[in-house]
Amino acid sequence: MSRFERQIILPGFGIEGQQKLKNSKVLLVGAGGLGCPVLIYLAAAGVGKIGVMDGDEVSISNLNRQVLYGEKDLGKPKVEAVYSYFKGKYSDIQIEAIPEFISVGNALEIIAEYDLVIDGSDNFPTRYLVNDACVLLGKPLVFGAIYQHEGQVSVFNLGENGFNYRDLYPQMPAAKEIPNCSETGVLGVLPGIIGNLMALEVIKVLTDFGMPLKNRVLFFNSRSSQTYEVEIAANPNSGSSIPNSFQAFEQMDYELACEGIKQLTWDEAMGKMGMDIAFVDVREPGELPPLECTGLIKIPLSTLANRLSQLEDTDEVLFFCQSGIRSQKAAEQLQNEFPEKRIYSIKGGINALKKN
Amino acid sequence: MHNTIHIKAFGMVAERIGLAELVIDHSGNSSELLEVLLVKFPVLKSVKFSLAINKKLVSGNQEIPSGAEIALLPPFSGG
Repeated sequence: MSRFERQIILPGFGIEGQQKLKNSKVLLVGAGGLGCPVLIYLAAAGVGKIGVMDGDEVSISNLNRQVLYGEKDLGKPKVEAVYSYFKGKYSDIQIEAIPEFISVGNALEIIAEYDLVIDGSDNFPTRYLVNDACVLLGKPLVFGAIYQHEGQVSVFNLGENGFNYRDLYPQMPAAKEIPNCSETGVLGVLPGIIGNLMALEVIKVLTDFGMPLKNRVLFFNSRSSQTYEVEIAANPNSGSSIPNSFQAFEQMDYELACEGIKQLTWDEAMGKMGMDIAFVDVREPGELPPLECTGLIKIPLSTLANRLSQLEDTDEVLFFCQSGIRSQKAAEQLQNEFPEKRIYSIKGGINALKKN
Repeated sequence: MHNTIHIKAFGMVAERIGLAELVIDHSGNSSELLEVLLVKFPVLKSVKFSLAINKKLVSGNQEIPSGAEIALLPPFSGG
């Protein structure tokens, strides 16, 4: 008896369904709260090859919902923990661990290797980037996202007349409009449910089983346990907002397109040191590790509104915080007050510095 | 009920307006409805959301049938 016996005997699935899963290659972007349940069920179901992309490391605040990881994994790259977890579980599994965040530079080459993409990321620039890459390469995209007590799931770009994320949300939102779960909190079981719905959609698409959420988006509310389904219509502007060639895609700056604030890496930021630029830490007092260097200005985000005048005289301002979210807010706040200034936020904040 | 529409708000939109459901007087079309909502809830100016009429996504301006159910659907980014 094979380990897939119980799904092979399922009417409508059968040996054919199992064979299709075995011959499939799927790429998961983001091995977090959504990605973990997706991985657990796709690996158990016998999907032939699973690529996992994530540049992050396991941290203690992940453990309430990122159920693949435990205390022994703290500090490890997530994809490394994923790899050893599944290698220990299924001897024949093929996991491709890619310890990088998806970017315009690596997306096309990596996605081209797979039959289907799963978006388990946690920010809008990545979600639009993954969507556009899938449209350009003609790959179906299983999408899931959460906000506090609610989740949404859909299948984009599937087959003929398959609509995509830009049909549902043609205008790119900025991070400050919709906070993510590191800011609003989340009960671990919600991404568990949404991730399982995503795994289900993946299996349906790969095996032509049932009716995938093509051109439909399903909302789920964990407080009321209610669902709400909406039929997606084509948006006339969706096509023109997607880069029209691989070259155009590679030149896109998705963070800038979403946020209107240019994000810099630490390397790029270091290149600006010594120039006439204000370098501002917006973390609250006591956040670790402290960063001390000459010329560093400390303005906790909670006090920024009253201290904007402190940055009045500098034309260029560079903000950072712990993870890059509060610095983004600070940058937007200052930009609203001083539209002429060149303002930047450091991508990934102190967490990104610790990694280097 | 005639000449009213039933609105369901999701995610950040529900949070901002402090209501998950509300009933308002019928507006002729989706653009007029958005104007009414922005006057009633100015906090919505800073949130992007899509609109569905009777569970169908609206793109552009569309007529709203009497008694329709409207959903205000913001994007979610968390994962």
